[in-house]
Amino acid sequence: MSGPENTLTIEMRDVSIGAIRDIGFIVLEDVNWSVAPGEFWAIAGQQHSGKSDFLMLAAGLMAPAKGDCKLFGMETRTLNEATLAERLRVGFVFEGGQLFHQLTIRENVTLPLQYHRDLPPGEAAREVAALLELLELTPLAEVTPANVSDNWLQRAALARALMLKPEVLLLDNPLTDLGARHRQWWLRFLDQLWRGHDWCGGRPMTLVATTDDLRPWQNAKRKFAVLRDKKFFPLGSWNEVASANDPVVQELLAAPVELTSSA
Amino acid sequence: MRENLAKAMGWANTEFFRRAQLPKSYTDLLGRKLFLFLLTLQGLVAFALITLGVMLRKSRTARKVIRPRIRQEIARAGVALLPMFIFVALALGFLVVGQTVSALAKFGATDYLGTTMVIVVVRELGPLLAAMLVLARVGTAHVIELGTARALGEVEALEALGIDPVHYLIVPRVIGMAVGVFSLTVYLIIGALVSGYLFAFLQDVPLTPGDYFKQIAGALGWLDFVLLALKTIAFGFFIAIVTCYHGLARPLRLEDVSRVAVRAVSQGVIVCVLIDALFILLYLVT
Repeated sequence: MSGPENTLTIEMRDVSIGAIRDIGFIVLEDVNWSVAPGEFWAIAGQQHSGKSDFLMLAAGLMAPAKGDCKLFGMETRTLNEATLAERLRVGFVFEGGQLFHQLTIRENVTLPLQYHRDLPPGEAAREVAALLELLELTPLAEVTPANVSDNWLQRAALARALMLKPEVLLLDNPLTDLGARHRQWWLRFLDQLWRGHDWCGGRPMTLVATTDDLRPWQNAKRKFAVLRDKKFFPLGSWNEVASANDPVVQELLAAPVELTSSA
Repeated sequence: MRENLAKAMGWANTEFFRRAQLPKSYTDLLGRKLFLFLLTLQGLVAFALITLGVMLRKSRTARKVIRPRIRQEIARAGVALLPMFIFVALALGFLVVGQTVSALAKFGATDYLGTTMVIVVVRELGPLLAAMLVLARVGTAHVIELGTARALGEVEALEALGIDPVHYLIVPRVIGMAVGVFSLTVYLIIGALVSGYLFAFLQDVPLTPGDYFKQIAGALGWLDFVLLALKTIAFGFFIAIVTCYHGLARPLRLEDVSRVAVRAVSQGVIVCVLIDALFILLYLVT
């Protein structure tokens, strides 16, 4: 691999991952994984299989307990304020949103833009309004997260992650607790981002999403992996997932889809 | 950024010792308490230094975000507490200053009035009372807010957005509290001295307002102003450090927040008393 275009987006070599709440407790071992620019990965695993910790490590938000983890060819251990620009190329959507509870949805979405880009107030407001409109969040803009349903919270978290137009988007269980209509919206919108959305200048985005239900992610062009018994198993394409004999994969394929009416 | 918080977290990991079973002998218990005290002290010093470092290094970063937050914190730790401080200043004046004035007048010792007022109100009671009130009203809120934010994963969310949690969450609180305690102490002292004279006047103490304030002005030296400013800023700074450290510097669960808030307030009181003792030494030396 040579040249910035060919640099792997994420690369893990013999990595052991500790839990975010207790770094000494190893949740995954011997992980070898690489993500090329423009790929769309769905990482499946049961509850407490280490999906969130895995994604936090991939985003450079924690250091590996063992091994090497690289983001855009840079060791995540060495990511600091001097390499902040690299960090900002990655957007992260937490499970449940993790929005700042004292700020309104608009303030939540505006914060990264205000903090990192010295834009005139009018321009910043226009950008935020455009993104809120794109994600259908305008009616909820002045509401605090406590007064918003899970469906919209998750979407507001997506807006916050997209505000700086990242090249890579990491999503932690984004479809959990979503109504059927919202779930469809998410899958369609993520697909648009992957192919290149106008919001990000038409540039195809690299996506990695974790899930505890593989079925909504069915797509021949996506890549799949499963976390099981503290190990990372790449599965390949959907065809290989569908034909896998792995009991955990079978269970993730059989996970009941909650068909609630969307808010 | 992440490393700032990670360092503080490393020093804040005292839970293992706190949750261990009680030791069987008193000497072991004493040893554990001493060990915990030293660990906490180390954590607090480290957190204070990290905060100071971030404050200096990032003084020009994201001003559009940080300045409104500083103003907000000054309003919260200062302006919003003014009504309560006016009440406390009146009460302090009536209860302490007025009685002292009338007692001194009875013994014909009104010549010592200025010195007594400066020692009691300006040097000791005013700053310490202001610090305690701000600790109770705003410090507790800091621990609860930050502890909740930590427990809900908002700190990780800040890091994911490339925002330094110490810069965004701690620096405005520290500056706001330092400015707040300083300003409120000044108002408290002025209010207590004025209301004290009113109380003495109502008791027919033979003292003109001119004499009263002349004596106080005569007893005040330049050092009193300098040390008052330093002391109150130190109170505000360390109250904010203690409360923010307990709220932020360690991963919390929601059920831990109330326990941590109690611990932070206790330690805040101890820190204020220790700072006060240090300044008494300074007064004695100078």
